[in-house]
Amino acid sequence: MGNVIGIGAAPKRKEDQRFLTGRGNYVSDIKRPGMTAGVFVRSPHGHAVLRGIDKSAALASPGVIAVLTGDDVADDGLGSLPCGWGISDAKGVPMKEPPFPMLAQDKVRFVGDMVAFVVAETPEQANAGAELLKIDYEVLPSVVGVLEAVRPDAPQLFDDVPNNICCDWELGDKAAVESAFKKAAHVAKLSLVNNRLIGNPMEPRAAIAEYEPGTDRFTLWTTSQFPHVVRFLMGALVLNIPQHKLRVVAPDVGGGFGVKQFHYGEEAVITWAAKRVRRPVKWVASRSEGYVSDRHGRDHVTEAELALDETGKFLAFRVNTLANMGGYLSTFGPNIPTNLYGPLLGGVYTTPAIYCNVKVVFTNTVPVDAYRGAGRPEATFVLERIVDVAASEMGIDRVEIRRRNMIPKEAYPYQTPVLVQYDSGDPVGCLDGALVAADVKNFGVRKAASASKGKFRGLGYSTYVEACGLAPSRFAGRLGARGGLYESATVRVHPTGQVTVMIGTHNHGQGHETTFAQIVSDKLGVAFENVDIVFGDTDRVQFGMGTYGSRSLVVGGAALSKATDKVIVKGKKIAAHLLEASEADIQFEAGKFSVAGTDRIKTFEEIAGAAYVPHNYPLEVLEPGLEEQAYYDPVNFTYPGGCHIAEVEVDPETGTVTLVNYTAVDDVGTVINPMIVEGQLHGGIVQGVGQALFENAVYDEGSGQLLSGSLMDYCMPRADHLPMMKVATHSTLCTHTPMGVKGCGEVGTIGSPAAVINAVVDALSHLGVTHVDMPATPNRIWRLLQNASLPVAAE
Amino acid sequence: MQISFTLNGRPTTVDVEPATLVAELLREQLNLTGTHIGCDTSQCGACVVHLNGLPVKSCTLLAPGLDGASLLTIEGLQGAPGSNRMHPMQEAFREHHGLQCGFCTPGMLMTAVALATEKPDLTEADVRHALEGNICRCTGYQNIVVSVMAGAAAMNAAKGE
Repeated sequence: MGNVIGIGAAPKRKEDQRFLTGRGNYVSDIKRPGMTAGVFVRSPHGHAVLRGIDKSAALASPGVIAVLTGDDVADDGLGSLPCGWGISDAKGVPMKEPPFPMLAQDKVRFVGDMVAFVVAETPEQANAGAELLKIDYEVLPSVVGVLEAVRPDAPQLFDDVPNNICCDWELGDKAAVESAFKKAAHVAKLSLVNNRLIGNPMEPRAAIAEYEPGTDRFTLWTTSQFPHVVRFLMGALVLNIPQHKLRVVAPDVGGGFGVKQFHYGEEAVITWAAKRVRRPVKWVASRSEGYVSDRHGRDHVTEAELALDETGKFLAFRVNTLANMGGYLSTFGPNIPTNLYGPLLGGVYTTPAIYCNVKVVFTNTVPVDAYRGAGRPEATFVLERIVDVAASEMGIDRVEIRRRNMIPKEAYPYQTPVLVQYDSGDPVGCLDGALVAADVKNFGVRKAASASKGKFRGLGYSTYVEACGLAPSRFAGRLGARGGLYESATVRVHPTGQVTVMIGTHNHGQGHETTFAQIVSDKLGVAFENVDIVFGDTDRVQFGMGTYGSRSLVVGGAALSKATDKVIVKGKKIAAHLLEASEADIQFEAGKFSVAGTDRIKTFEEIAGAAYVPHNYPLEVLEPGLEEQAYYDPVNFTYPGGCHIAEVEVDPETGTVTLVNYTAVDDVGTVINPMIVEGQLHGGIVQGVGQALFENAVYDEGSGQLLSGSLMDYCMPRADHLPMMKVATHSTLCTHTPMGVKGCGEVGTIGSPAAVINAVVDALSHLGVTHVDMPATPNRIWRLLQNASLPVAAE
Repeated sequence: MQISFTLNGRPTTVDVEPATLVAELLREQLNLTGTHIGCDTSQCGACVVHLNGLPVKSCTLLAPGLDGASLLTIEGLQGAPGSNRMHPMQEAFREHHGLQCGFCTPGMLMTAVALATEKPDLTEADVRHALEGNICRCTGYQNIVVSVMAGAAAMNAAKGE
C-alpha cells in the first residue's frame, strides 16, 4: 500500500518525526565508550608572536590526558589546512597562500586562533587543565578593517604578503568600460560597506573522533555539510590518512548556511588526538567559541560607478572592492569575493561593459568564507543600490529604469560580459508579478497612513539573478577550483521493490529526505514511504561534494534522476526477457513495465524480485541485482532570480526601522515540493533582512577583539521583528538540468538586503538621504536623521 | 548530592554534582538529548523544558533545584493519554512545515505548548512576542507562527471535546 507522491506535490516531511519528538541524532548527542573530552585553547589576542607554551602544570592537572600544541603538529609532520581555490591576478600571478596551521605555530593571527588542545576525562577537567597552560605571547598591533590593512604602515600579518594583499583580482574589459564612461550622459557613484556577518546555525559546531587500532581506521563525526570533502582534505592533505582508513559521518546537522562547509582545524586536531590518546575524543563548541571560530561572511568595502546614457540605459559598470579574508585562507575563502561576485555584476540587465577589481586582504579577524549566498548577495547589493541611486539622480522611476535595462525573456540564452551565460529567465515577468502581489499601486495610501502616525514609509525593489547549482567542474577549474563539483547518487532497489538512495549531498534542514523521495516515487512509481534517502556517511555513500551553493537538488537531484533512469533501462531489459518481447517494445509508466499495445505487464516489484532471484533471467547478458549509480557534472550554473519588494516604516523619534510588508516573486525553475520551497524562501529572506537591519560583526581596531561575540551583542532576527511575508514563484525552466530545476536555497538571502535598504532610503529620501549602510539600526538611522538637519516631523 | 523529581511523569532519583545544569543533567546523565544547547547566554531557547508546568530555559537552572519538582521535556510531550499520537502542537509543526533543521524545534514546541496553555486565544502578535526568547535560523519564523496558532487551536478543540 501507499501512495506515489510526485514532483510538484507537497507531502509532509519524512524527517520531521524524529525532530518533533526530540529524537534527532546530532553530533553532540553521540556518546562513545571510553570517551574523553577535548577543549581548544584559543588566542585572546588578535595578533601576537607565540613565544612558547609551558604545558607542565596543565599536564599535572587531575584528569588531563594530553596537551597538544603546534610543536606537536610539526613533530608529527602534519600538513596545514588547505585552501580549495587558487585564484590569480590579471597577470596570472597566483594568490599569496600562507600556511594555515591547525594549531598556531610562531604567531597567532586572530582572536580565536587555536593554540592548544587539552584532552581530559571530563569537559570540566579539560577546562581546568586549559586554565593552567602558560602561554607566552608578545602582543602585536592588530588590523581588522580592509581600508586600514592595505595602508603602507599597517601591521603585516605575514612576512611575505606585502600590504596584506592576498590577490589583486580583476574581471572584465577595463578599456571598454573606460571608453563607455567617457560617452556617458550620467555617472552614478556609490560607496558602500557590505557588513560582516556570522552565520550562527543554531547547532554549534561539534566533533567526535575515534581510532580503532585493530583495523587502523579512524571515524570522525562532525557537524559538516560535506563529509566526503572533509575526508579528502583532512585525510589526503592534512593528516596523511589513506581515504579507505577514514570514515567521516555528518549525521543530523542543525543548520549550516555555509558555516559548516569548510574543513576546520578542529576536525583535524581531534582526529589526530584520538589516535594519540587511543580513546574517543569529543569536542562541542560553545556559542561564544563559535563566534570567534566559525568562518564569518561578507565584509566588503566597495566603490561603484554606473554609466548611463540620457535615457537611463546602462552603458558600463565599474566596481572596486576590498574584501576581507581574515587571518588565513579558509576552504573556499578567496573564491567567494571574486568568482562568486564579479560574474554576478551584470544582474538582470543588458549592461554591455563591466569591470571589477577586488583586492583580497588579510586582516586579524576570523577567516571569512561563504555564508548563505556567498558573493552573490554582495554583488546584488552593489548593483541594486546603484540602480536606485542612478534613478533618483536622473529623475527616472525606479521600476521604469529597471524595465528599460532588463534582459527580455526572448533574449535568453544571454551572454553577459562577465563570463556567465544565463540559460533562461524572465525578469520582467517576476517584476510584474511582484508589483501586483505587493499592491504597489496602493502604496501611496499606506504611506499617507504612516505619515498620519508620524512615521516615514518606504518601498524598495530588488530585481536580481544569481548563479547557483555549483558547479560545472571544467568551468570552475578554469577559475581556480582545485576539486570537482559534480554530485553522485546510487539508487538501490531492494528485492521487495523498496528503494534506498545513497546521495552525496547533505540534508541539514532543506528537506532532502522528502524532496529526493518524491523524485524517486515520481519516476519509478514506488510509494513515497517506500523510499529512504541516506546521506552524510562516507562508509555508506559512495562519494559526494556535499551541500552548498544551492546545489543539492540541481546537481545531486540530477545525479539521482540519472541513476533512476538507469534503473528503468535495466528494468526494461529484465521485463523484455520475462515478457518475451523486444526491449524496444517495453514501456515503463506508473510503476509498470508493459509490452506496447498489449495488456502484458510486469510490476516494478516483480522486476525487482526477478533481478534478485534470477531463475528466469538473461544471466548471459545481464547481471543480477537492481542498483544503479550516476555522477552528474552540470554543464552550466543555474540562474534563479526574481523580484523582491520590501516595505518599511521608520519611526523618526527612535530611528527604528520596522519591516511591514515583504513580497518575493522568484524564478527557481521546476518546483518539486512547493511547501519546502516556500520554507527555503522564508528563511533565506529573513537572513537577508537580518543583514539589512540587525546583524553586524564588529571588531575593535588595534586590539582585534570581537565586540559582537555573543547572542547578546550580535542581533539575530526574532519572530517579533518580522511581518508575514508573501512568497510566490514565477518559473522558467532551466534548460540544462534534467528536471528544469534551478535551486532555491540562497535566493532569499541574495535578493533581500537590497530590497530592504532601498526601502529605508526611499522612506528617508525626502530628507536628502541617498544611502544607508547595513545594518540600518535605530542608532544609525537616528544619527542620520539628526544630521539631516531637516524638519523631522512627517507630513 | 541526590535529588528526586518527576521526569516526564515518572519518579526519578539521581546523583548530581551541585553545579550541574538541568540541560546537562538531561543530556549527559539521563540521555535525554532532545533538549538542545544552542548558546551560553540564555538567548536561544533550544533548551526550554516545563518545570512544574511553566516554560524555563534548562541551561540556566541548577539541577539541585529540581528536587521535588515535576519536569517535562520534549521526550515526554505526547498526545492524549492512551493514544500514541503526537501532541497537537507537534502535529501542527509537521502540518505547517514549522521546522527545518530541527535543532530549535524542541524548545519552540515547549514554549508554544506553554503559551497555548496559558492563553487559549492567541493572536499572531501574541505568538511573535512570546517566541522572542526562541531563536530559529532556518524558517524565518513564518511557518512557526502559523504552526503555533494552528497547534493552539487544536489544543483548544481537544479540550472542548
